[in-house]
Amino acid sequence: MTYNKQKILIICSFLFIPLLLLATFTYYPAIKLIYYSFTNWDGYSPEKPWVGLANYREVFANSDIFKVFEHNFAYFVMGIVQNIVAIYFAIVLNSKLKGKYFFRILLFLPYIMNGVAVAFMFGFVFDTTNGSLNLLLSNLGLTHLSETSWLGREGLVNYSLASTGLWRFMGYNMVIYIASLQAIPKDIYEAATIDGANSMQTLWRITLPNMKPVIQLNLFLTVTGALEVFDLPFVLTKGGPAGASQTYVMRVIDTAFAYNNYGLASAMSIILLMFVVLVLGFQQLVLNRGGDK
Amino acid sequence: MRDSMLKPINLLKYLTLLFGAFVVLFPPYVVVINAFKSTDEFNNSNSMALPNSFLNFDNFKTVFERGGLLSGFGNIILIIVVALTLNILFGTMVAYVLGRFSFKLKPVIFAAYLGATVIPSITTQVATFGIIKGLGLYNTMGAPIILYIGADVIQIILYLQFIRNIPVDLDEAAMVEGASLFKIYRSIIFPLLTPATATLVILKTISIYNDMYIPYLYMPKQSLGVVTTVLMRFQGVNSADWNLICAAILLILLPTVVLYLFLQRYIFDGVANGAVK
Repeated sequence: MTYNKQKILIICSFLFIPLLLLATFTYYPAIKLIYYSFTNWDGYSPEKPWVGLANYREVFANSDIFKVFEHNFAYFVMGIVQNIVAIYFAIVLNSKLKGKYFFRILLFLPYIMNGVAVAFMFGFVFDTTNGSLNLLLSNLGLTHLSETSWLGREGLVNYSLASTGLWRFMGYNMVIYIASLQAIPKDIYEAATIDGANSMQTLWRITLPNMKPVIQLNLFLTVTGALEVFDLPFVLTKGGPAGASQTYVMRVIDTAFAYNNYGLASAMSIILLMFVVLVLGFQQLVLNRGGDK
Repeated sequence: MRDSMLKPINLLKYLTLLFGAFVVLFPPYVVVINAFKSTDEFNNSNSMALPNSFLNFDNFKTVFERGGLLSGFGNIILIIVVALTLNILFGTMVAYVLGRFSFKLKPVIFAAYLGATVIPSITTQVATFGIIKGLGLYNTMGAPIILYIGADVIQIILYLQFIRNIPVDLDEAAMVEGASLFKIYRSIIFPLLTPATATLVILKTISIYNDMYIPYLYMPKQSLGVVTTVLMRFQGVNSADWNLICAAILLILLPTVVLYLFLQRYIFDGVANGAVK
């Protein structure tokens, strides 16, 4: 067989199953989702009555649905804090410091832990009466704080949950930031030192600008991650108290599987997808403008 | 240099690092000490007090016997082995084709993998659920396996980086000796990708082991529980017995923590390479 024929054969046979998987489990469901979003299908009956844009109108008219995004906001705030903390530790652990490898290993540790186990672990830490956080606070003399119901108060529950996310993923961001720091050429720093720049100036003028693409990538992941939060509240609070920690994706899943309203759930999914694409597009715009200079 | 540790800036660095270490270790510490307490002891002591003995393994025994944790470990290991074998095979195949040949549809295929990352997989589950049911895989191990075997864009980028570093001369030398393109993949490319594969095996093992959603949704059957779903069921029944739940949490955290401590360098490399490049 000639190499040209072999090439065609290899391309076709090697890509067939992988592309079939990609089409079946990513693109086909996405297209199906668009179709469902124009129907009021209940999830099991054979007919899927076409309703046009009614589902979309309902989502936008029903302020109750969009209000859920307020709960997601806590995850966004904590995500920003998480990135700032991660950049700080990345810079510290990239400098000359004894024991930096030890601290790197330690701070990354939560990331590899099982999410459900971590959720239950924090369920125990946050527990109002048995919990160790309140005990710790009272041992520190902060008695007025030590009776807080961390997962039981409406204004607080989302921040408590989101701080669990911060605990778990800060180290992951930190490792990515360390990698990006190490990619900055050393001679830029040498040149800056010769020019007499102090450490604050090097941080603002060299380190942070050079980290920009990675910071932007992480911010994109933070925003989309905040929009898509699901497992933490699902495992830890089931959306309670009184729906105060229900996130948008939980609401979608409930609408589909608990209320059998697949059509509406699909429309909600598509709207979320649009938000994600919007964030990505916005970021590309900002990124490209920054690149023109 | 000797007194560099005492410089104020370094002191500040160490203080924040110690605070970070405390925050990271506090929750696991609490879980560890309470996992060794009997129910009486737990009720009569506070949650930060050390247990009477670190040799009281009763809770762990109870979790194994009542919780079905053993079959949970068995199931997840089976899923990981089968899914990863196929995943690595498909991942290297796609990377070989995209890395070594040029053809018209190549950019389209790469864009298709890239575009897939934008779609939040949790939102498409409504439709995916129907496909899994239609294939007759609902409530079988086939469901998670088939959902895990697809290669993702990060995996492909990682492999492509390695393939670029394998000299094309090697392929050409093999061709001169009459080797087929399949043979080049099998005896040159695949073996030389081993370092990348090793990193991916570690990262994917951890992510499959830690996944809650796919086993929860697609394998509700009792006998098909994996560690995460077993833990969820166990907590549901014993929600008041925190000492037992702590033991269960500890047993489930242990394997990945041990794996991590031995292989942390490769895990760091994998995470950094996947995200930065």
